[in-house]
Formats: sequence, structure tokens, C-alpha cells
Amino acid sequence: MATVDVRDVVKVYRRQTEEVRVLDSLSLKIPDGAFVALMGPSGSGKTTLLNLIGGVDQPTSGDVSVDGTNIARMGGSALARWRSSSIGYIFQLYNLIPVLTAQENVELPLLLVSMSGSERKKRAKTALELVGLGDRVGHYPRQLSGGQEQRVAIARAIVSDPKVLLADEPTGDLDRKSAEEVLQLLERLNREFKKTIVMVTHDPHAAERATTRYHLDKGVLSN
Amino acid sequence: MLKLVVVNLFRNPLRTVLTMASVTVALFLFCALGGILDTLQDSIKVGSESRLVVRNKISLVQWLPMAYRQRIEAVPGVKRVALQNWFGGQDPADPKGFFAQFAVDDPYYVVYGPDIDIVQASDAVAPAAVPEGADPKLAAYYAEQTACVIGEKLMAKKGWKLGQTITIAGTIFPGSWPFTIRAVYRAKKKSFGDETMFFHYKYLNEKGLGGFGAVGTYVLELNEPSQASSIIHAIDSQFENAAPATLTETEQAFTAGFVSMYGNVPFVLRVIGLAIVFSILLIAANTMMTSIRERTGEYGVLKTLGFTDGAVFAMVVTEAAVITLGGGLLGALGAKLVVEGASFPGGFFPAMSIYWGTVLTGIAIAVVIGAVSGLVPAVQASRLRIVDALRRVE
Repeated sequence: MATVDVRDVVKVYRRQTEEVRVLDSLSLKIPDGAFVALMGPSGSGKTTLLNLIGGVDQPTSGDVSVDGTNIARMGGSALARWRSSSIGYIFQLYNLIPVLTAQENVELPLLLVSMSGSERKKRAKTALELVGLGDRVGHYPRQLSGGQEQRVAIARAIVSDPKVLLADEPTGDLDRKSAEEVLQLLERLNREFKKTIVMVTHDPHAAERATTRYHLDKGVLSN
Repeated sequence: MLKLVVVNLFRNPLRTVLTMASVTVALFLFCALGGILDTLQDSIKVGSESRLVVRNKISLVQWLPMAYRQRIEAVPGVKRVALQNWFGGQDPADPKGFFAQFAVDDPYYVVYGPDIDIVQASDAVAPAAVPEGADPKLAAYYAEQTACVIGEKLMAKKGWKLGQTITIAGTIFPGSWPFTIRAVYRAKKKSFGDETMFFHYKYLNEKGLGGFGAVGTYVLELNEPSQASSIIHAIDSQFENAAPATLTETEQAFTAGFVSMYGNVPFVLRVIGLAIVFSILLIAANTMMTSIRERTGEYGVLKTLGFTDGAVFAMVVTEAAVITLGGGLLGALGAKLVVEGASFPGGFFPAMSIYWGTVLTGIAIAVVIGAVSGLVPAVQASRLRIVDALRRVE
């Protein structure tokens, strides 16, 4: 059974009077436990597709099911709750809250579930240890390197134990060494923890780490 | 979630402090201006419903003859008659430090006995007749024509001591007027005020009026307050065709009339207070919008993590409310602490009061400012589409 099932999805953006068809009747099935790389030129619709799978945006038409739940027509609050439990999101620029420590950043998704403060702290620490930053829990983002920030972001994405991780150019802003560390981490999460990962990337080297690669151009998907 | 609000408050501490300070100052001013209105209201309460004041019907500044006294005393139901004259002098050492002075006769301290306590008094060097019902501690005062009784707050303010001879420069009654402080009073009712000076009418009459016997107002103590309206009618009809005619009213109505001489000042004060509050509302709203605009990307991230629109809305409104409520509490309570008890501008009215109602109104206004100033940015933040918010970061 596919963890992610995208069926005949059309996404149209309107810019004043102009309509831009970003995705055109796109279908995609991603099996449980896959590590998928989405490649393609800028403006090809990679991030849009990722946003639709993550319930961050909704399609103009078509259906998007993740782990059996059709999220294409879900209301705002229900979608937010679904995101908090089902999806881990990793951004290119990490998007950590600068005034929170690494531990507090990782705790953020857990604020949305009923949990004691001590349990929340324990889970956040475990997630940070998993990404190799157990000794950086009290550090603020400005005190971390880019690679460390991205690993904190990965810890934040996995802390609520979602089945699917979505990564939008996770190595796009990192040097080669840090990028390699992040990719190894994603591989480990896929292999050991059975996370389904969808990663948007421009980097062929990063894409090689995925088990499946798709190419997206002008809203049309090809292997 | 509250932690996020707190963290955001201290993200730009200077901006938070300045915004809070602007709300503090605004609410301080609002409550201080409200305090002036409260004090005017308080001054009405100085008056008693069981005492009557008789004055010249034409105007308060016109005299009544001393000869009216016996005729007023003869009206059934009038228990006691006292008189008071506004003196209007200045302390030559501090001409701008205005305070009220009244020339009063002996029964005055009997009529107003329930309103004051004599807290300090000189020992009488010669035996003096203290009217029945007056505080015996006033013996030294009654024995000396140039003696005076002064409120304890005015004593402290001027640094005067019991037994000290002070000189007041007359403005209505020109000349230099020496007085010896023979007693200090404390008002039992805050609204009576502790910043007034009382001295012998006979001193004023001999030195300032040439024995003419002109009276500013008569104050009447009644046997039965419920008879006030019939006594008022009896007195005024008695002098209806005399020159001058009288206007008799309860003391409370008299002071209310005095307050009404302020005309539209209370209205102007209210308008100024509201204008201050409105301008601060705009400043607070602008600050909140700037603050939220800077964090657009972060709200996009929070929503991506699963924070609902409602949660984001609540966070922004709470942040605004904490800033304005904090500032409001500081300003309103600060005004209550600092302004209350201070001298009323002009010196005639009792010490400044700020009612708790005014303080609570100020705090409520702070809450409203918080809600309104946070509302627009909160709606903007909650309606923000994640893809648009994240685009601003990327």
C-alpha cells in the first residue's frame, strides 16, 4: 500500500489575471518506507508538490492521500492537527526560531499534544541525541553551524514520530561535509526508523542517496 | 504556548519596554486626569445634606449683612449658625503655593466638629471661653485674636510649626496679616482636606472690613435634616424682597454649584484623556504590526508544524495584551499611588483622589487597547497562508 498517493493533481496559481498551471494532472504513488528524490529545474513545481503532500497547500483539483487519509479537501484546523502528527518538515534554511534553544525548538511540535513538560523535554533530548546534538541542547541557533542547525531541524521534524518526512532542499545551504552528514542522517532515518522520505533537491549527489528518483519539469513527472 | 509569547516579548526588549512605557504614561495621564474629575466629585461630598449654606442670591462673591444672622437663627429648625469668609491671601515666601484661607466665627468649630480632629494645639496661657461643643484643645486659639488653625498636610508642606507666627499677604484685603498657629487639624473625611487655614472672623472684620460686618456665607446646622427644604423656603422667602436677597441650599448643592464653575473643564479633560488613549492605541497597533510582520516567516513555520490559525491568533493577541495590560497596570496603579493625596491644582479643593473605579476603567482601557492593537496583526497572522509566509523566509 502506498503511503503517499497523489492522483490527477492540478495546481493553478493566479497572478493577477494570469493563471499559472504549476502541476498538470500529476499522479504519484510513494510506497511505505521509500526514500524519494524529486528533481527538476527551478519553477518546475517540486516544492509545490511537496507542499501538497505535506498539507501545507491544497490542490486545485485531484486528491492527495497520505497514509490512507485524503487531505485534499481537509479544513484548516483539521489539516493543522494532521500535519502535527503525520508529517515532519525539513526546510532548506532550517527555519529554527532564533530566540529558542535547540531543545525548545525541538519541543515545539510537542506543544500541540497533551504531554507533561518533563516528558516533552525527555523526548526532545532523545531526538537531539539521535541527530548527534545531545551536547547542544541549550544552544541557540546563532551558536550553531549551518549543519548543526539543519540537524536540529531534523530533530524537530522527527520528535513527534511522524511516518513521513518532507525535506525541501535540505542540503541546499550547506557545505559538502555538513551536507553529507545530513544525508547520512536521512538515510539512517529511512533505513533504521522506516521513515518515508520525500526530498526535493537540485543536487544529483544528494539525489543518488534516495531509493527512487523522479524528475519534474513544467508540472509533469517522469522517472 | 505561553512560553512562546514570553520569548517573543523579550525578543526585542527595548521595543517592548518602550511600547509598555508609552501605554504606562498614557494610562497614568488618563487616570491622573480622571483623578481631577474624581476630586471634583469628592469635593461635592464635602458638603453635608444636613447643613445649609446661605449666600447672596446674586453671586457668591457678593456679601451678606451680619444683621441677617439673628433673623436666620430665629427660623424654626435652625440649631446653630456659623459664618465663613473667603480670605484669598498669599504666603509671601511662596506666592504660587496657593492654599485656601477662611475667616470663621466661634461656632464654626462646633458646626464642623464632626468633620475634623484637633491633633496639635498650643496650651492656653490665659483662660478662654471655648464654645460648648467645640474641642477644648482650641482654648489657646479662642484666647488669641490673631490665632489660626491649619490642616496638618499644609503644615508639613510649608514646614510650619505649632506656635509659629506666619505672615499672609492679603489680596482681597490688602496688607500684611500676621497669624500665630495655635492648632492643627486633621480631616476625618479625606474629602474635607487637610490643606486649609482657618482664623478668627473678628480679626478679619476689624482689620480688613473696618467693622462693617460683611459675611461671605452662613453655614447652618439643623435640628432635623429632613426639614431642610422648609427651612430653605423660610429663609429665602424672608429675604426675598430684601437687598440683598439670599440663596439657601444644602451644603452639598452649594459645593456642587461651586464645582460647576469649572464649566466644561471636566468635558475637556475627558476628551484629552480619550485622545491620549486613542493615540497610544495607534502606536501600540503599529508596533504590534511591525513586530508581527518581522515574524511572518516564523508563523509560517509554526503553522507548518501544526499550529492552528486560532493558536497563532491567540499568541499574537496575548502578546499585545501583556504589553498593554502590563503598561496599563503600571500607569493606572502608579497614578493611584503617586497622584492620590497630592494637592489639587488651585488649592481650594481637597487633596487629589483617584477612585478605584477610575483605576479599573484605566486597566479596562489597557485591555481594550491590547485587544484592538493585537486584533489586526493577529487576524493577519492567523490568515497567513503557509506558502506565502515561507516564501518570505526563503
